[in-house]
Order: sequence, then C-alpha cells, then structure tokens
Amino acid sequence: MKVGVVTFPGSNCDYDAYAAVRNILNEEVNFLWHKSDDLMGSDLVILPGGFSYGDYLRAGAIAKFSPIMKEVIQFAKDGGLVAGICNGFQILAEASLLPGALIRNDHLRFSCKFVYLRVENNKTAFSSCYGEGQIIKIPIAHSEGNFYHFDGEVEKLESNNQVVFRYCDEDGNVTEAANPNGSLNNIAGLCNEQGNVFGMMPHPERAVEDILGSTDGLGLFESVRSVISKMTTADAN
Amino acid sequence: MSDSQKAVVYVRLKDGVLDPQGVTIQKALEQMGYDEIEKVRTGRFFELQINGNASNIEKKINEICTKLLANPVIENFTVEKA
Repeated sequence: MKVGVVTFPGSNCDYDAYAAVRNILNEEVNFLWHKSDDLMGSDLVILPGGFSYGDYLRAGAIAKFSPIMKEVIQFAKDGGLVAGICNGFQILAEASLLPGALIRNDHLRFSCKFVYLRVENNKTAFSSCYGEGQIIKIPIAHSEGNFYHFDGEVEKLESNNQVVFRYCDEDGNVTEAANPNGSLNNIAGLCNEQGNVFGMMPHPERAVEDILGSTDGLGLFESVRSVISKMTTADAN
Repeated sequence: MSDSQKAVVYVRLKDGVLDPQGVTIQKALEQMGYDEIEKVRTGRFFELQINGNASNIEKKINEICTKLLANPVIENFTVEKA
C-alpha cells in the first residue's frame, strides 16, 4: 500500500498519520506538499488534521483551493480512496466531496478527549476490519466538529448507509450525552455514496499503539490495506 | 479609467442552523437585564474594493460568494453595492 499524506500550511497531524502508516503498518508513505500537483502514485490519500490556513473564513474553506486539491478531487472522481481526518474531513465537506458541513461545537468549546464510536457500517473500504456494531475508543480534538446537513439529506445518508461511525457511550448506546459536539444523529464519520471518500472527526492515527491509550484506530488503516491488496491481486490476475 | 467601487457582502447562517455564538450572546444579554432580546443571530460581512474597470462584476461577486465567502450548505449571502 502506498499512502500520501497532504501537508497544508497549518496541518499538524500530518506527522501522526505518516508515523502510523510507516512505523506501525510498515507501509510506504509520502508527504504531499499542498503546492504540488503530484499524488506520487498513492493508493490512499489522507487529508490530515490541523488548522489549514489558520481556519480562516471557515475550517477547510481555503484549503480546498490548494493546488494539490485539484488532483485529489480528480483522484476521488476516478474512484481513488481519500480519507479526511478532523480538519481533513472539514476540507472534504467544503470541497463537496462529502455531504454536509462541520459547524461550531454546540457548547462552543474546543473538545479534546477520548470518545467511543459505534461501527455502523463495516462494508466500506475504511471499516471492513471492524465488526458491525463494534465499539471503538478514539480521541477527538476539535472546535468545529458538529455535523450538519439540510432536513431530508441526513435521512438520505442514513438510508444509503453512508454513516460509518456514530458517537456512543462505552456500552454502545447512542445518546445525547455521548455526543461531544452536537452532530446530527451523533454522526462521527461518513463516506460518499460511492464509498471511496471518507471523513471522520476523531483521530484514528492517534490510536495506533498501547502507549497512546488505544489501538482501535488501526482497524481503519488495516481495512484500507486489505482493500488495496485485494485490488492489486485482482489486477495481477 | 473609472473610480473603484465597493461592495459589501453579508453572510448569515440559514434559519434552523444552530448558532451557538448567537445563543451565548443572547444569554449574556438576558443576564445583563435585557430580557426583551429573545434571539441573536451572528454573521459576518466582507468589504470588497473593486477595480473600476471590472466588467460583469455582479456575476463575479455571486461566484465569489458561492465558491468561497459562504458555504451554501449552512449560509446565505446578500450583496450591497456601496
């Protein structure tokens, strides 16, 4: 698997994603500079967390016009796998590669803590190594993670099974108390209709080693690896 | 060469989109004794200085608003020529 991690001015989780792929998964990974127009043959492009362009205007609003995003958008349209984490999710929503918008947390505070997520759909390229309904523990760190969409659109996402992760309590109950930011339907992560573009507010790359407090984020990277190795084998045949 | 012109763009959250800042400000007003203020909605405005020779500027400002200044999922915009 060849992974590309985009570095925008203000990205600050690019090294975390890079380290997770290189040190823990032992896979090839390259940084992709925001001014570049070369995805370096990546099988998976990660838009990492951080504060691209200082979160000016709206989180992710300026980054969507970075030169590399032209390539990322084309790659996504051609069926390439793209994952946005935290600020990366905000960028994908701003670029309309994912539905909806991430608005200010309902309590107005920056929220930095471990949360529990329930795996709602384990049939995607990003979640196949998890069990359906599995409860995983992943940290969040954001101010604008409150998922919003028009009336009617959220129902569409639900009926298309585009919701991949939902905030829940330790026992898997999806409650208001377990919702850290006010997201509609406790949505923490979702994919596009085609299933090749995915975004989540929690940070799986920060939950890949025991010393970090959880290894539950690994499943996401392993899911993508297994999909890509199957594609490569199919190509070889 | 004609003089430069100005346009002001107002961006507001759509009705129904939670505005936690507005809610917090309204609560503060209530605490200050201004309990006649029932609701506060926040927004932002942009002043655009436009080259006097620009053509088709209304269409361009509309594009600028849709592509960058406002997020159509959550926000509406209005443009005033100053």
